[in-house]
Amino acid sequence: MDTSVKLGELTLRNPVIPASGTFGFGHEMAKWYDLNRLGAVALKGTTREARFGNPTPRVAECEAGLLNAVGLQNPGVEAVVREELPRLRAVYSGPVIANVCGFSAEEYVEVARRFDEAGADILEINVSCPNVRHGGLAFGASPEAAAAITAAVKAAVKKPVYMKLSPNAADIAAVARACEEAGADGLTLINTLLGMRVNPRTGRPLVSTVTSGFSGPAIKPVALRMVFEVCRAVKIPVVGVGGIASADDLLEFLSAGASAVQIGAQNLVDPYACLRVVEELPKRMEEYGIRDLKSIIGRTGNGQ
Amino acid sequence: MYKNALYRVAENRPIAREVFRMRLLGDTRWITAPGQFVNVRVDGCYLRRPISVCDWDGGGLTLVYKAVGKGTRLLSNVRPGETLDLLTGLGNGYDPSAARGRRTVLIGGGVGVPPLYGLARRLALAGEPPAAALGFQTAADAFLAESFLTLGCEVLVATADGSLGERGFVTEPLSRLDYGYYFACGPEPMLAAVHALGREKGAEGQLSFERRMGCGFGACMSCSCETLAGPRRICVEGPVLRSGEVRF
Repeated sequence: MDTSVKLGELTLRNPVIPASGTFGFGHEMAKWYDLNRLGAVALKGTTREARFGNPTPRVAECEAGLLNAVGLQNPGVEAVVREELPRLRAVYSGPVIANVCGFSAEEYVEVARRFDEAGADILEINVSCPNVRHGGLAFGASPEAAAAITAAVKAAVKKPVYMKLSPNAADIAAVARACEEAGADGLTLINTLLGMRVNPRTGRPLVSTVTSGFSGPAIKPVALRMVFEVCRAVKIPVVGVGGIASADDLLEFLSAGASAVQIGAQNLVDPYACLRVVEELPKRMEEYGIRDLKSIIGRTGNGQ
Repeated sequence: MYKNALYRVAENRPIAREVFRMRLLGDTRWITAPGQFVNVRVDGCYLRRPISVCDWDGGGLTLVYKAVGKGTRLLSNVRPGETLDLLTGLGNGYDPSAARGRRTVLIGGGVGVPPLYGLARRLALAGEPPAAALGFQTAADAFLAESFLTLGCEVLVATADGSLGERGFVTEPLSRLDYGYYFACGPEPMLAAVHALGREKGAEGQLSFERRMGCGFGACMSCSCETLAGPRRICVEGPVLRSGEVRF
């Protein structure tokens, strides 16, 4: 049975990747299990300078999911490359996906270049964070803005560039096509949906930023639909993310066209979430008569 | 180090208004310091609920929690014999050795009191029972005060309405006490007042903070707190911070 998948030239032993922001910088998760069981590891979103992020509370629960507005807390790209990445490399030898964030095209380019030199295997360009002002989503909301960042980063780095897209864009397939035309090697989608909760007693928002990013099992159908639409609009590989918590969820996303998946919110509930899916996957493949996982990518076709 | 394991509920009953004591049987070897917490999976809730460990021994652990929201209310309905999924050994906990040789007081407010009990028991076992200053809203909310007395602690109680002990905040009786080291847990305004009082008295201490958490084990950075020593995740580098590093 073959669980391996390909992201361009890169082969992953399986399609299971912890999503950025739900797995720290990876190394601390080695307390729970051997990270080499994973297909790849995505790092916490990283900016040029250190950031504390938004005031707390910056998380709230909701039905079948959660809201977060962490706001890209990170120690800055130099500290990540000098301290966090070597710690991860000490316990993990598989592919590393750096999540690149910024507040200007120049910042995206600088951070991406630093990770490119430092040996990240994929540069995931986060133009979809809904929790920072004047950054993140501002660069992913329109096809033109996303294409400009894609082209600027592509011109500066050697490693594959994956644009991480927002479900909050008016037309995610149009943004995806623009990124592909600007040279993106792949796409990751979806980042969180904009959401909100209010304390019914006081009328005050539960999260300090008022609105925040909604993720978890509740968003899975939305994510799957968007992955399906984007996969029909582009030829580059797509990494599907949104509410995935089981091998069956993973098989849905691969059928819709994703080449690999990321697991996000579920890591916060169950630190073994990714490992459980890795272990469940061959059992489901056997049950469903799937010998090579690559063979089912996009099998849903147009659904007719 | 962390551990994910199942625990059998041996007891879950009210000990004060909306306050429950739960005894859980199972593996406690991953709990290494008083003031650490567990993250409890609650049927019907997506996220786990972080709850401080009141006390533990070789056979199990005790949680004392207040049913204030959806998760803790559901938890209060769990019956003896049922099983709960916990992440244990979370957080740094208190370092009792830092107080050695100094007159020590434990300062708790409301549901901040429980982790101080496990600490008090360990200090008492080491032959140094601390004083305990406990604050509650009203007599109906008070709990564990007798348990601290049983350990040999000098116990000072304050309630906001004066229905038990002294009227006012816990800092009232505390201000008259002579101490060189303190351990505190409670609402943030109480911690700020305790911190200020400690500075006046030249006392150092350790303060346990509460933040709404995502994961409870350092992965999501939802519970970060700015300190004089840089950002700290309350779930990993906390919940206990030293008086010299906190910033109010």
